[in-house]
Amino acid sequence: MPHNIRIIPRLDIKGPNLVKGIHLEGIRVLGKPEDFARNYYKAGADELIYMDVVASLYNRNNLFHLIEKACEEIFIPLTMGGGLRTISDIEKALRAGADKVAINTQAIKTPNFIKEASRIFGSQCIVGSVEAKRKGDSWEAYIDSGREPTGVNVLEWVKQMEDLGAGEILLTSVDQEGTKKGFDIDLMKKVADRVSIPVIASGGAGSPEQINDLIQQSGVNAVAVASILHYNISSIPGIKDCLNRNRVEVRM
Amino acid sequence: MKKKRISVIDYDIGNVKSILRALEKVGAEPVLSREDKEILSSDAAVFPGVGAFSVGMENLRRYDLIDTIYRFVETGKPFLGICLGMQILMEESEEFVLTKGMGLLKGRVVRLIVEKSCDEKIPHVGWNKIEEPEEKRWKGTIFNSIKNPSSVYFVHSFMAQPSDPADILSTTVYGGNAFCSAVNRGNIYGCQFHPEKSAVTGLRILNDFVGLIK
Repeated sequence: MPHNIRIIPRLDIKGPNLVKGIHLEGIRVLGKPEDFARNYYKAGADELIYMDVVASLYNRNNLFHLIEKACEEIFIPLTMGGGLRTISDIEKALRAGADKVAINTQAIKTPNFIKEASRIFGSQCIVGSVEAKRKGDSWEAYIDSGREPTGVNVLEWVKQMEDLGAGEILLTSVDQEGTKKGFDIDLMKKVADRVSIPVIASGGAGSPEQINDLIQQSGVNAVAVASILHYNISSIPGIKDCLNRNRVEVRM
Repeated sequence: MKKKRISVIDYDIGNVKSILRALEKVGAEPVLSREDKEILSSDAAVFPGVGAFSVGMENLRRYDLIDTIYRFVETGKPFLGICLGMQILMEESEEFVLTKGMGLLKGRVVRLIVEKSCDEKIPHVGWNKIEEPEEKRWKGTIFNSIKNPSSVYFVHSFMAQPSDPADILSTTVYGGNAFCSAVNRGNIYGCQFHPEKSAVTGLRILNDFVGLIK
């Protein structure tokens, strides 16, 4: 089992709002992202992920300002994703205060983007974001927040991302996302076995026990959580206590 | 009480926004500067940096900051190097090509060593623990108010190896080996990790750094 399992609240953003969908769709407005982010930071989040869920679709990104404000009061690593298409977009994100960027759509369109970005900014700040949907015995990569199939095989794609220089994989199961029914452990384990870079598992967290099952069985290094926190089903201390009781190393 | 003015040395190397905000958070007045007079007249200085050692040294030379830093350190006022800023305090680095550093502390910078039996990667990215090398070593230092051990946030591939063990302020275990994660000699401090990304622990460290100002 990897050391220091990270618990990372994932904030899906649409315009000025924090939103949450199911299977990355049918989104519901939950409130101001600033308030949620501040609370999660204070409760002991290890990092935060900000994801603009409509950026790719409309070709824009609203997060720069939000990240800039977050830096004034949140002193943990911040990852920003959604609609980052060019080297200058990444530069802008880092200048706004992001420590890492998550890239999906543009990486599928031009895989060399990952290579160029990691060469310029370092692997440690390039997160390969993958939206995976089960298809028979395998998984297919999707883009534009789970809307567009690509025909790309997830297990091959994550390995390619690693070879191109991605420093981490953010792996979202579109099937489980927003359902609170637990993770696609099969997918998470296959990806964690395939790559040697850290994997952040996203999609399905509905209870601390499900997160513990995932960690015990899959080999992922971090968990992205949303509904479980946004809807107050559990808390960051609640999740960490559960993991700690099960001998998973977390930052308390 | 008047706010303590802290120069954050500006040599175009990485994002300094978080360190500026974190210093504000602990009640100081940070100023991003590469001006000789500004830096020398401030109450303390922070020397940040992310990226390659040789690029860092090149930029310091380009902005004529090397002599400014030597003179600042001589004043005895608190000085804190962070990440690359800590590594540059050493005599030399073997990153890509052997590059001379500032030599404020004796020793060199080498690539992190990860034992083959461990499945840990380079770069070392994430939260890890810093430990006190001997009892009372942290008393009166920037680690005065934190617990031993404490978790902080790292992003790096190289590590400093001080030749004098007395300069080691903390150690961290990674990949089956302990490395030096912070240094201190007199008014000179260096952290391999990022206090500005290390939540409450990091803010306590910065608060203690500000508290060193006489």
